[in-house]
Amino acid sequence: MYQFPLLTLLIWLPIVGGIAVLASGDRSASTSKWTALGFAVLTFVSSLWLWFGFDPGTAEMQFAERVAWIPTFDVYYALGVDGISMPLIILTTFITIFVVIAGWEVISYKPSQYMAAFLIMEGVMIGVFSALDAVLFYVFWEAMLIPMFIIIGVWGGPNRVYATIKFFIYTFFGSVFMLVALIYMYFQADSFSILDFHGLELGMTAQTLIFIAFLLAFAVKVPMFPVHTWLPDAHVEAPTGGSVVLAAIMLKIGGYGFLRFSMPIAPDASAALAWLIIAMSLIAVVYIGFVALAQRDMKKLIAYSSIAHMGFVTLGFFIVFAIVQNSTAGAGAVMGVEGGMVQMISHGFISGALFLCVGVLYDRVHSREIADYGGVVNTMPWFGAFFVYFAMANSGLPGTSGFVGEFMVILATFRANFWWALLAATTLILAAAYTLWMIKRVVFGPVANDKVAALTDLNRREALNLGVLAAAVLALGLWPAPLLEVMHTSVEHLVAQVTTCKLPADEIGACVLARPEPLATVVQP
Amino acid sequence: MENVYLTIVLAPLVGAIVAGFFGGRIGRVGAHSVTIAGVGLSTLLSLWVLGRFIWAEQAVFDGTVYTWLVSDGMRFEVGFLVDKLTAMMMATVTFVSLMVHIYTIGYMADDEHNWPEGALTGRNSYQRFFSYISLFTFSMLMLVMANNFMQLFFGWEAVGLVSYLLIGFWSTRESAIFANLKAFLVNRVGDFGFLLGIAAVAMYFGTLDYAEVFAAAPGLADTEVALFGGISLMTLICVLLFIGAMGKSAQVPLHVWLPDSMEGPTPISALIHAATMVTAGIFMVARMSPLYELSEAALSFVLIIGATTAFFMGLIGLVQNDIKRVVAYSTLSQLGYMITALGASAYAAGVFHLMTHAFFKALLFLAAGSVIIAMHHKQDIREMGGMRKFMPITWITALIGSLALIGFPGFSGFFSKDAIIAAVNETAIFGGGYASVLLTLGVLVTALYSFRMYFLVFHGKPRMDEHTREHLHETPWVVTVPLVMLAIPSLFIGWFAIEPMLINDWFASGDWSPIMVAPEHDTLAHLREHWHGQSAFVMHALGTPTLMLALGGLVLAALIWWVVAARKPDIDAKLLALGGPLTRLLQNKYGFDDFNQRFLAGGAQLLGQTFWSRGDRALIDDGMVNGSARSVGRMAGVLRLLQTGYLYHYAIAMIVGLVGLMTIFVTL
Repeated sequence: MYQFPLLTLLIWLPIVGGIAVLASGDRSASTSKWTALGFAVLTFVSSLWLWFGFDPGTAEMQFAERVAWIPTFDVYYALGVDGISMPLIILTTFITIFVVIAGWEVISYKPSQYMAAFLIMEGVMIGVFSALDAVLFYVFWEAMLIPMFIIIGVWGGPNRVYATIKFFIYTFFGSVFMLVALIYMYFQADSFSILDFHGLELGMTAQTLIFIAFLLAFAVKVPMFPVHTWLPDAHVEAPTGGSVVLAAIMLKIGGYGFLRFSMPIAPDASAALAWLIIAMSLIAVVYIGFVALAQRDMKKLIAYSSIAHMGFVTLGFFIVFAIVQNSTAGAGAVMGVEGGMVQMISHGFISGALFLCVGVLYDRVHSREIADYGGVVNTMPWFGAFFVYFAMANSGLPGTSGFVGEFMVILATFRANFWWALLAATTLILAAAYTLWMIKRVVFGPVANDKVAALTDLNRREALNLGVLAAAVLALGLWPAPLLEVMHTSVEHLVAQVTTCKLPADEIGACVLARPEPLATVVQP
Repeated sequence: MENVYLTIVLAPLVGAIVAGFFGGRIGRVGAHSVTIAGVGLSTLLSLWVLGRFIWAEQAVFDGTVYTWLVSDGMRFEVGFLVDKLTAMMMATVTFVSLMVHIYTIGYMADDEHNWPEGALTGRNSYQRFFSYISLFTFSMLMLVMANNFMQLFFGWEAVGLVSYLLIGFWSTRESAIFANLKAFLVNRVGDFGFLLGIAAVAMYFGTLDYAEVFAAAPGLADTEVALFGGISLMTLICVLLFIGAMGKSAQVPLHVWLPDSMEGPTPISALIHAATMVTAGIFMVARMSPLYELSEAALSFVLIIGATTAFFMGLIGLVQNDIKRVVAYSTLSQLGYMITALGASAYAAGVFHLMTHAFFKALLFLAAGSVIIAMHHKQDIREMGGMRKFMPITWITALIGSLALIGFPGFSGFFSKDAIIAAVNETAIFGGGYASVLLTLGVLVTALYSFRMYFLVFHGKPRMDEHTREHLHETPWVVTVPLVMLAIPSLFIGWFAIEPMLINDWFASGDWSPIMVAPEHDTLAHLREHWHGQSAFVMHALGTPTLMLALGGLVLAALIWWVVAARKPDIDAKLLALGGPLTRLLQNKYGFDDFNQRFLAGGAQLLGQTFWSRGDRALIDDGMVNGSARSVGRMAGVLRLLQTGYLYHYAIAMIVGLVGLMTIFVTL
């Protein structure tokens, strides 16, 4: 049956668009901007087809494509999405529009190259979310670094060289170990298909090594404590658009990696090391929450807040293993993963919006220091309203999307362990403290200085950007059911998969997870 | 009925949205018309619903509006539960809110003077204020009408949000934006416990729906949780939920936000820091009575916290000189009475006092606001005096409110407070004696601070400056009409409501009873058995120590601040000086604020600073990240020394190496 290669279209449309914008050059800045916006919107509209054409009743990969790429090594150009990756792709296409609009008149230095970098970035990120072949995934994964490297390195702040090198080395360091793991599994499975990796029977030692290799790659991306220090530097130096993409989408790739690789490929190792991830996540929530409190730079503060919020994502994912091992917990494993997923989407909206807010101020005053502001609402009432609104969302106010994921993860964590839930719930106090304290110092109060007195309120472009994101945050907060419905079957399938022991017959005694039913035993290829 | 309930909730929301987003376009009149119309509609419908519950056997409504999300087989829904408890709350909330809306027209009329020149925030502040108070009404209605814990939490946090916006309404004032942040964070500490309580309910009951949880609760009464060496599940859930109530209803030690919240405009002090938001905790515990009845430990905890707040916060009211702060500490103390009633399982009495208090406390705040308007926004009672001549309506209504507050026989507060004290005297649980003593003594304190304020403000010689006195006059009708409208229930509601609410078990309808009391905790039974009508209740009270204390306090206050003060105007200051260390202790509010500011706020900042500089920057970045970069550099530097470029260095190295290798081979 012929199926329209929608995923291919979504990957290559923005890349082709990016090349076209690049080729058009800077002779007419407005042409390149409009072309970029056209491609971004077109990609988003096409991606809606994914949403409406998606069958939430199956955990199978949908919109699948599979063409031989490097036959010698069994490498395929294999794409497909399930309920986990599909929402992330739509998040990517959605956010990219705002990134293009945010750079509209702000970027005057080589605007066409700026726009092109983001479009190419978009295509590559969609590639990461939809690749079903490990080599293809790895290529997209590494390719993602290049546009981001350029975006920070060319359009970044004064200390951009340090930040880009740090960003590049950090993430590259993580991913080489992942490559080794992928190659090892190729020799075991005789295939680079990620789905084949899922079915692969692996001993505890192999699983542990693979898990650690993936952990190095994904923990840096998320980023998790203690490999998070590249993020604040990268954010501070990145232009607004770069920060938005970084926070809203790129961090999610780490979370996605845990769901797509670590957990289903090495479930027994995941179960054995879940305590480590849970500990790292809780440190992210509490320790990073305090660190955020000490920040004087708005972007750094929001960057640290991102790390703390992403802690909920990894906590939700790995609490699964603690729940299935706790006999009194009952259900709850699925809620943890779903909560983590919702948190990823929601954090995409909220952190993106917060970075846009800082960008609005930075474009006017050219400072990110909290101390340079005060009483902004007196001259920018609409902006003040948006900033307070997103700050509230960041503090997890019910009715905004920020609440949904945290609520679900705390509910799930409580089933595993009271004290962990207690630590996780401190976010209620900490997130409110660091976010609203910043708001108090920046937005409220008397007008602090002449620069603030001379501020002008949002223009139409900025208002549109923030308005649409505000609507998205509210919609997801008031009615998250549709998102949950889309991912539900896939998450249930995933949870069933990761809670089933994968150890070979001679190690079966070491299983802490449920042993597979005899009939369902995976047949080695 | 669902449509009626939806209208009640949504009408204020629509008003808030219109006034908030289009305030500039529809103007002041448009904004207050649309919000008053919305809240007015809610009030009418709520009263109608309450009427149907009283006279028409209205059936309890428990239905879902929509499914918020489904995860792991658990349904999270937005839905309403409307029974008699809810109907009573709805009527109280919307009625007080409507009065406050009307009052606000007068109070905020010249709000542009409260903003600095040129601030755009001051431009539509009047409309924005109406938008916020309507939004608040919506939030509170969502809270009381919820039929599940998730929506309860939504309303719970939403009132927190709106109170944040309203306390910091005058956002150019440093004290206001300090107070609103403080209020939000302290409330968040409570919500932190509350959320964990909800998580415990979700885990052990597998549902967040009230009806299902209450039905399953007796079956889980003996469940133990392996925490703190094993405690009962019900105790855990109830204490965690109550921590939330301590935040919202401002109980020690989470009370610190409420006095500071007086930085907001006075109408909101009446609406949300007296009559509604702070009652959320009382309502919640009453709603959860089927759970609280299963844990005596939790009830004791509630009782002790409530009694402590009731007495010790009342004492602080004695040394306050800001008219609003006196009323604020009185609110803390009265909330303590309600909480104590809940701890004594007299939920009906707690809720009854909630209702009477909502009317007379809103009245007192609005009367205080009326005085403040006349005084050109001066709030120090030492600069007032003799106001009764200038503002007769405010004076009479304030007197009614004060008499209701101290529990003067026949006034609404008398019935509710006496019922609480009677119930607490009956309770057999741990802490009952302590609570009983404190509540009784608290009556004296209440009478003293209420009438100290009353006499200092309305009697004696006018102490304000010449300019202010010349301009003193009664406030316009939009201010006085709400005062009168609130004075009426402050006078009569107790007389009419005590019999159905406490004696005849009105709350139960059919097989659904929102308030459940175990027979061994039924502290209102004594009152019920000896009930011979309202007048007998009043007569009986005349001989009790409670009333002696109330009247004694009133007389004492009159002597000191009226009779003596007429001759010795500095008597108040002298008395305070006489108190010595006790006065200072009270003026420092027992040191809670200093402690929090220094150790909690300061400690958190210090901790953050330390984590950042020692952890993130020194250890991780300088140590691990840049450290590994440096060690690579150093290693390369050492290795580089070997590569000198001189041929004879290499030659010598080769010879040494060769000799070395040969030695090894030979010796082996």
